[in-house]
Amino acid sequence: MSDIHALSGAYAVDALDDIERHLFEKHLATCADCRAEVAGLQETAAVLAAAVATPPPPALKDRIMAEVATVRPLPPEVPGRHVDEERPSRRRWFPSLVAAAAAVAVIGGGAVVITQPWDDETTQLSATAQVTQASDAATISADLPDGSTARIVRSASRGQAVLLADDMPEAPAGKVYQLWLQAPSGDMLPAGLMNGGDAEVLLDGDARTATGAGITVEPAGGSPAPTSDPVALFAFEGA
Amino acid sequence: MDHVTGIASVPSGDSSSEGAGAPALADLFRRAARGDESAFSALYDATAARVHGLVLRVVRDPAQAEEVTQETYLEVWRTSARFDADRGSALSWLMTIAHRRAVDRVRSAEAAHRRDNNYHDQSETVPHDSTAEAAATALEATRVRRAMQSLTEIQREALELAFFGGYTHTEVASMLDVPIGTAKTRIRDGLIRLRDALGVNQ
Repeated sequence: MSDIHALSGAYAVDALDDIERHLFEKHLATCADCRAEVAGLQETAAVLAAAVATPPPPALKDRIMAEVATVRPLPPEVPGRHVDEERPSRRRWFPSLVAAAAAVAVIGGGAVVITQPWDDETTQLSATAQVTQASDAATISADLPDGSTARIVRSASRGQAVLLADDMPEAPAGKVYQLWLQAPSGDMLPAGLMNGGDAEVLLDGDARTATGAGITVEPAGGSPAPTSDPVALFAFEGA
Repeated sequence: MDHVTGIASVPSGDSSSEGAGAPALADLFRRAARGDESAFSALYDATAARVHGLVLRVVRDPAQAEEVTQETYLEVWRTSARFDADRGSALSWLMTIAHRRAVDRVRSAEAAHRRDNNYHDQSETVPHDSTAEAAATALEATRVRRAMQSLTEIQREALELAFFGGYTHTEVASMLDVPIGTAKTRIRDGLIRLRDALGVNQ
């Protein structure tokens, strides 16, 4: 049994950090044994909750029912129709991930391919994990045109940011996704290249002073400045 | 530890992982997905103590816990059409959403400041109200506690810190002063042992 299977229990009780969860969910998509085990362990965890059952105040139900009356339930997911959903990657039990693509991505302009964190548990955190696990790490989400969500985790203290994407559509043939950091001057500075799929990319450049980040589709090899409208934008708070 | 005396009636029959009425719960989800507010109301009554109790245990702050419980049920209302009985029980789906939201709440930087870390001091309480859910959960709570006693101390501590405390396995390892990598194994071992002890359907 490889180490990744051992994450099933921690996954079932939400005890993984964002990167581990992301990678484990990718593993789940291809490992029926782990899916079955996680399902059983989640059932078990649900039973454990009985030990701390506490009725909420009666007024809470009134508030919930009043709000429910104003919200339309989403339709079921049916083939051929995309339905937008809040943070789909974290709500789906088993995201339909592309079977391909080990962790990330194209290298260029400073983007970094990380190794899987369980390759050696005793080594120090990967470059991306050092950012996502920083004490001041802040996550900014943006919806992509296909309805999936990309996130940027930024640590101002480290001056670094990491892009996390789940099942992002592949860039069109002959094109590539290019990441940008917006300098205080407003200039868009190249921060790395990536294909679609599942990605964790450390952005090149100073994320401390940057006021935001963006993703555009550019010709293969990237561009010195954006040549198309962004497919996603991330505004940095406090910048 | 044993607060369950005084529960007069116990739902008949089924002592499986969801207590009585698991199929009924799935049916309530299906009806709620069609916009049936009375079904959703019944679903709430059948599950609110478990959901809120878990959220409160993780979040600690009562006002924030109510917010998270409310968010959870709103998400359930919106997305109940996505519930797939082939992938797990309705209760598991609901509790997974609630736990994830509670954990998201406490891991946000702001909430971290307000958080009470005295997890060992938290008393275990079982509600003494007269609803059928209270009876069912009180019974189940007894089973859970008995099963928890079958774990090794480190399995139990690791699992409690992760599930009820909302800590990552890395944090748990540090809190228990064990090597990174050990905590996740203990969490998994503990859950598997509980799964088997409780006879949870796999």
